[in-house]
Amino acid sequence: MIRAMLAALLVTVAAPAAAETIAIINGTVAIGNGSGPVEGATVVVRDGRIVAAEQGVRVPADARVIDASGKWVTPGIVAGFSRLGLADVDLGAGGADDTSARNGPFSAAIDVVPAINPNYQPIAVNRADGVTRALVAPSSAKSIFAGQGAVIDTGADMDPITKARAFQFVELGETGANDAGGSRASAHLLFRNALREARELARYSPPVSSGRSTQPDAREQPTVRNPNESRLYGADARRSEDVLLTRFDAAALVPVLQGRQHLLVHVERASDILQVIDLGREFPALRIVIVGASEGWMVAPEIARSGIPVIASALNDLPASFEQIASTQSNIGRMQAAGVKVSMGMIDDNDSRQEFNERQYAGNLVALTKVPGATGVSWGEALRLITSAPAEAIGLGHDIGSLQAGRRADVVIWSGDPLDPRSAAEQVLIDGVQQPLQTHQTRLLDRYRFLPRRDLPEAYRH
Amino acid sequence: MSVRLIWGAAAAALALSGCAALEPPKKNAPAIHVNEDPFPSTYVAYPGVPTAIRNATIFDGEGGQINNGTVVLADGVVQAVGGPELPIPAGALVIDGTGKFVTPGIIDVHSHLGDYPSPGVESQSDGNEATSPVRPEVWAEHSVWPHDPGFSRALINGGVTTLQILPGSANLFGGRSVTLKNVPARTAQGMKFPGAPYGLKMACGENPKRVYGSKGQMPQTRMGNIALARETWIKAQAYKRKWDEYYKNGGDMPERDLAMDTLKGVLEGKILVHNHCYRADEMANMIDMSKEFGYHITAFHHAVEAYKVADLLRDNNICGVMWADWYGFKMEAYDAIKENIPLVHNAGACAIVHSDDPNYIQRLNQEAAKALADGQRVGIPNLSEAVAWQWLASNPAKALGIFDRTGSLKPGKMADVVLWNDDPFSVYARPERVWIDGAEMYDANDPKKRPVSDFELGQPGEGDVK
Repeated sequence: MIRAMLAALLVTVAAPAAAETIAIINGTVAIGNGSGPVEGATVVVRDGRIVAAEQGVRVPADARVIDASGKWVTPGIVAGFSRLGLADVDLGAGGADDTSARNGPFSAAIDVVPAINPNYQPIAVNRADGVTRALVAPSSAKSIFAGQGAVIDTGADMDPITKARAFQFVELGETGANDAGGSRASAHLLFRNALREARELARYSPPVSSGRSTQPDAREQPTVRNPNESRLYGADARRSEDVLLTRFDAAALVPVLQGRQHLLVHVERASDILQVIDLGREFPALRIVIVGASEGWMVAPEIARSGIPVIASALNDLPASFEQIASTQSNIGRMQAAGVKVSMGMIDDNDSRQEFNERQYAGNLVALTKVPGATGVSWGEALRLITSAPAEAIGLGHDIGSLQAGRRADVVIWSGDPLDPRSAAEQVLIDGVQQPLQTHQTRLLDRYRFLPRRDLPEAYRH
Repeated sequence: MSVRLIWGAAAAALALSGCAALEPPKKNAPAIHVNEDPFPSTYVAYPGVPTAIRNATIFDGEGGQINNGTVVLADGVVQAVGGPELPIPAGALVIDGTGKFVTPGIIDVHSHLGDYPSPGVESQSDGNEATSPVRPEVWAEHSVWPHDPGFSRALINGGVTTLQILPGSANLFGGRSVTLKNVPARTAQGMKFPGAPYGLKMACGENPKRVYGSKGQMPQTRMGNIALARETWIKAQAYKRKWDEYYKNGGDMPERDLAMDTLKGVLEGKILVHNHCYRADEMANMIDMSKEFGYHITAFHHAVEAYKVADLLRDNNICGVMWADWYGFKMEAYDAIKENIPLVHNAGACAIVHSDDPNYIQRLNQEAAKALADGQRVGIPNLSEAVAWQWLASNPAKALGIFDRTGSLKPGKMADVVLWNDDPFSVYARPERVWIDGAEMYDANDPKKRPVSDFELGQPGEGDVK
């Protein structure tokens, strides 16, 4: 009997709703690849993946049909840079915030995976607003290296990780200068030193990954152009000398150095951006992604030439700091026009909770197309900035972020135009699984919608 | 009373006291009235031209909507609002508003622009006199840096024409607020809304207890918050009694206390209480305290749990000043819901959308739009765009005590007006033109009408579209 119950339980677990075939018909469908919305298209989902999303698609006979007449259908929003899942409450709520480790010994080795709690309310609130994936980064504390971020989904289950250790996150602007003891010059020295420590460790340690040759790879050899940088460089250098990183931290940078893990670098200032581009030349294997880039428009041609993707803040237009003096809401539009591979993220902007703002921000970039002198983006491009573009920036464009065939079926049915924040997510699929949209907030609404006193206290309502 | 009169009175008092020893006991010297406006507004409206906007959709700010409407501005005030039949004065500048929208300028009752300006560096961090939990003696206007680039962004992106600058919330009593017209000026006084009453910033909850608790001093708890606030009100009542007695009977002038001056102003109903308070239970505590000491709370700011006590706010004539969807950034914001604003409105209380932020102040129309949509989705009756514009104009004007002069498009009111290039509840809309007292302060189509603050001169991006 118990065995039978267990078997039944296993079947339930092993046969998730992802196996379902779903056809969403009659909706206004936008793919998320930059193209505009198409009316009356059909989205077909099978086994958790997108099969098709276009007009005139035949509805499979076994499909559960969802009529999206009058609705909009898009890929789920991909939060381009966030701290989603690392904190439930940010301030003065000890135990509910794992975004940074001010008093710990480690930096680059920190991996957000054990900290992410899929049951935290910000995950539910953002899921209910159509955010289905997020790049999640730790915050830096005592080092310019914040640690390794992950890509997560916001599904209502206990398995949030899409890709663990997807990237290392480093601060090289004002925050990095502060973390490095007070100057950007110090931050850059620490960065170079760290990569050299990683290189020595890679040379004298067993390979971290079995997938690659153990022979020295020319691409991993830093090219030293400035003799002042070569103090610790050379074949005889041993890691036992002048070590600044813990062994864990140095080891964590080996895949970064080898280009097997993306390196997200936060800088805002134009000159800092150029320094990062130079790092890319110095360490050619690095797979750099620039994060922030409020002054990116000033050096947009240089960024475009470097091929480095940028995950930018959308609406910074104040000289909020001395590294953002030239901020403008036209930043993303101008970078896009210059050929930069740009996408949108929430950099130091309610980054642990309000990823749902991204669609409003994207709508604002569309609004700029009507403001004389400003540079905005088209509606299709705006949607791309918050769906496939961030996925592509970290090499996951083949898997998430759009409704193109073969991608994970993260699909949202909206009450209207998703870039207008008046619209709401009405149905959310993640990996083809229909998601609950209840949150702490919706439950409170149920309880307090009507205030008159009842026979029992509020705690018994609903 | 003019400054000259005050000095005249002082001289007379001195003369009287000089001969007191030679004369038999006489009745007390008449009281000297303290100057209650030592930093007066020097705002002068900029000149405008008679202007008529036709064929636009008008939200009048009091809940009314006119399709194919006409607005006439002249001499700094709204002259007339009506339909297509409204006569246009000869020689007026006529603007075709087809497909566009006209609203009263947005009023933000909660801003720290100037006090926490951009760049947000320590040298310019002037918003919290966090040296004692009771600092009603400080005045926000003395921190306002009029060159904060945030003012211009609020104008050109946000259509914000009036805003209240509050001191921060580290303190139980944070000091006096100042209400500004959103015009570039060399001094804060040059922006100061003429005759607007002062506000007193009060705070309850986490902030005061965190700031002072971490220093090992009172208040460290919510009970400490209330105890210290009550002790302060007891002193304020005693101070007021002394001055009431003095003003009634004359005699020796009581020693002035700037902190108590502010609280006396509150007890006299001249200074409006703007109370930072998140939780429903704490709002109830603050209401009881106001009744204990005989003052009125004008508004609860950041009232994320207002929906739980919307009836209490209505019954006590207190505005709920709220965000559309901020939540969870601290424990007292954990129970935020997206329907807060419409639920407070629906209960019959005064609902206001506020920013408390140099970025959100640029998109308050969108914040109202979200709240409106959330309210409509849960079936709150009689919500419309015209109704929701009250949250951005007439209700904040009432909370600031300036509704007789601004906050809606009624003849005779200040011509504080925004022409939007689209429905301002749409994310795709932006201000096209903004008038303050009938003077055009922004025109999206005129590159010369892009304000550049002193700080931005000679910097990269100067004069850029921001």
